[in-house]
Amino acid sequence: MQKQLAKMKQSLFDQGYLDEQFIQLEELQDDANPNFVEEVVTLYYRDSVRLVQNIEQALEKNPLDFAKLDSYMHQFKGSSSSFGAKKVKTECTQFRDHCRAGNADGCKRTFQELKKEYATLKKKLEVYFQFARQAGPVEKACRPK
Amino acid sequence: MNLGMKPSSFTTSSNSWKSTDVVLDQFPVGLRVLVVDDDPTCLRILEKMLRNCLYEVTKCNRAEIALRLLRDNRNGYDVVISDVHMPDMDGFKLLEHIGLEMDLPVIMMSADDGKDVVMKGVTHGACDYLIKPVRMEALKNIWQHVVRKKKHEWKDKEYQQSGGSVEEGERQQQKQPSEDVDYSSSANEGNWKNSKKRKDEEDESEDRDDTSSLKKPRVVWSVELHQQFVTAVNQLGIDKAVPKKILELMNVPGLTRENVASHLQKYRLYLRRLSGVSPHQNGFMGPTDAATFGPISSINGFDLQSLAASGQLPPQSLATIQAATLGGGRGATTSKSSSPIPPLVVDQRNIFSFENHPRQQNIINGGKQVNLLHGIPTNMDSKQLVNLHQSAAQSFTNNLSQSNNSLLAHMVQPHPRTHILNNEINGTHHVSVVHGTAYNNSISNPSTTTVDFSSRSQSTELPVNNSFALVSSNSGMSNLTSKLQEEVNSGTRGGFVPNYDVFNDLSQNQNRGAHDWGGLQSSVGSSNIQQRLGGVSSSVLVRPNGFSSNQKSGPLNSSSLTTDNSLSRIKTEKLPDMGFQNGLYHEQFGQEDLMSALLKQQQEGMGSVENEFGFDGGYHLDNLPV
Repeated sequence: MQKQLAKMKQSLFDQGYLDEQFIQLEELQDDANPNFVEEVVTLYYRDSVRLVQNIEQALEKNPLDFAKLDSYMHQFKGSSSSFGAKKVKTECTQFRDHCRAGNADGCKRTFQELKKEYATLKKKLEVYFQFARQAGPVEKACRPK
Repeated sequence: MNLGMKPSSFTTSSNSWKSTDVVLDQFPVGLRVLVVDDDPTCLRILEKMLRNCLYEVTKCNRAEIALRLLRDNRNGYDVVISDVHMPDMDGFKLLEHIGLEMDLPVIMMSADDGKDVVMKGVTHGACDYLIKPVRMEALKNIWQHVVRKKKHEWKDKEYQQSGGSVEEGERQQQKQPSEDVDYSSSANEGNWKNSKKRKDEEDESEDRDDTSSLKKPRVVWSVELHQQFVTAVNQLGIDKAVPKKILELMNVPGLTRENVASHLQKYRLYLRRLSGVSPHQNGFMGPTDAATFGPISSINGFDLQSLAASGQLPPQSLATIQAATLGGGRGATTSKSSSPIPPLVVDQRNIFSFENHPRQQNIINGGKQVNLLHGIPTNMDSKQLVNLHQSAAQSFTNNLSQSNNSLLAHMVQPHPRTHILNNEINGTHHVSVVHGTAYNNSISNPSTTTVDFSSRSQSTELPVNNSFALVSSNSGMSNLTSKLQEEVNSGTRGGFVPNYDVFNDLSQNQNRGAHDWGGLQSSVGSSNIQQRLGGVSSSVLVRPNGFSSNQKSGPLNSSSLTTDNSLSRIKTEKLPDMGFQNGLYHEQFGQEDLMSALLKQQQEGMGSVENEFGFDGGYHLDNLPV
């Protein structure tokens, strides 16, 4: 089972959903916090809902407040990159570029893409974590307690 | 440092090390980190990472909370990590605050890696700038910033002190915040900081006197020095004031351009802050210094802490002191108090004053107005007191009914030092309560002559006042003394030590207008003050008004000294401080009319108070056990 899990993870990486930061977080896991990464991701998805809503509302305004959108997106980007959400992060960067260019359409389009990636990643990670729980604690270098 | 686990912030992962494990060699284990980030995901990750580094982590998601935590627990943290973009306060602003008030190393972080943002971090004084997402490796080495800062401070201090007397250096070192723990003291073995210092600073520290002095790492911006600095800046014009020119104008041997530059930066921030000072605060202090004090008071809380911790005066306090000096007209500071007491002193005063408030009330109510002089009053203090009195007195008077106290209860505002000054117990049995609390903004009564402890209470409810109450009655002196002692012993510690420094500075700077102090105090958060006052209050010298209490004053002095000492518990033993305190007292008490003189001075901007006091550095901090 561990093998399958490893494969899953590898594929997520290969497809560019996750990056190195995810590994960093996994390395933080120990006996005391065996599901740390899952915990973080859950926290992320819970907290970012509000942010996504804010952005959506802001995108409905006319004219767009690019500064504000940029600020929201900065936050979103920071959050997403903190656990390695690579694709989401890329979309964030693109969104910000559009903001700086004052490209309203670009922003809206990119945001749709972003939401898609955001949702896709969520599903994939849910599966992954479920698997991880079933697979049991992985042998990892534990820090001395 | 708290090697033990902090219940609130520790998680199971931190269980790995226990207090017993804490040992010098374990540095940087146990490094106390405060991390601030509004993003919960990032915050959680950082916390975990830091815990894994075996650091002691406290997290908060709002800058205001962070500041409060820092202020409440001055020596409780070694380093701060903060996000740049936060909803309630800009990260750079927080950085400024911390730098000024606590002078802790601050690391900024952000997903933004644009050059200008990073540059902003640099100019605001951040020790480092991390790009998010933050990796473990980056966090592992943050301890270097703590060490580096300490090292710099020592170097500067030593440098600066080289010009001064060795004593001062020692004194200052002693004044170092308790958390720094004596290098020489083996009792601090457990303190990793100490060990860290030892390890890293061994070379440097060897030179310094281990036994008595704590190294004061950085340049101590004494009141005089600050005054010089301000003079130079004003001469050049605040806009044109560049470090190089300022340095030239100041012409202080041993001062580097970098010292001036960083001080200038702080000063600028300080001024900016001043403009935002609340009006009533200004009311306390003299018109000129009101502005400066405003921010100072807030800083005071921090300053004291930071000073204590690092032995450096927070820039704010400097400003305060500066203001004081500016206002007061620079008189020659007593020779004795040569040790540059950084602005902290000012802050401390405030602290004292706040604390004293509660006491004063009691005392006053007792029937006599007592001017409780706190701590290490130096000539400056008296002056300041005077000034303070002016502002604070009013409030006091209102509250206090006693009017027989000749001493001004100028405690009114932030003169923690003033308290001390007025303790001319020897001569006059006046009890001048120079509560730092007096500085409370609440004090609005200008009637200075009466020590209005009651007014004090407004500002702070420090237990100290109780001791004063005793004073109010001549016979109460003895009681007061004991009370003071009690208070002192009860552990007012709170790092008042820096107060002493302040006082010394004050005395030195007699020039400072009392109002300066007032302002300081007012701005000081009462909560801080209260905390501080707790410790400070003990330093208040209560001098019986009066006439017959000469004898009493004697013991009182000692008691006050004791209290002061305890307050100043620089490290642990306050008593040693008494040494200089005694000196202080004697000088102070010599004048019967000191208080009135002070009052007058305040009004006039204290010109000669110092002379009266004749402190010539009696406050040397060297006695202070740091």
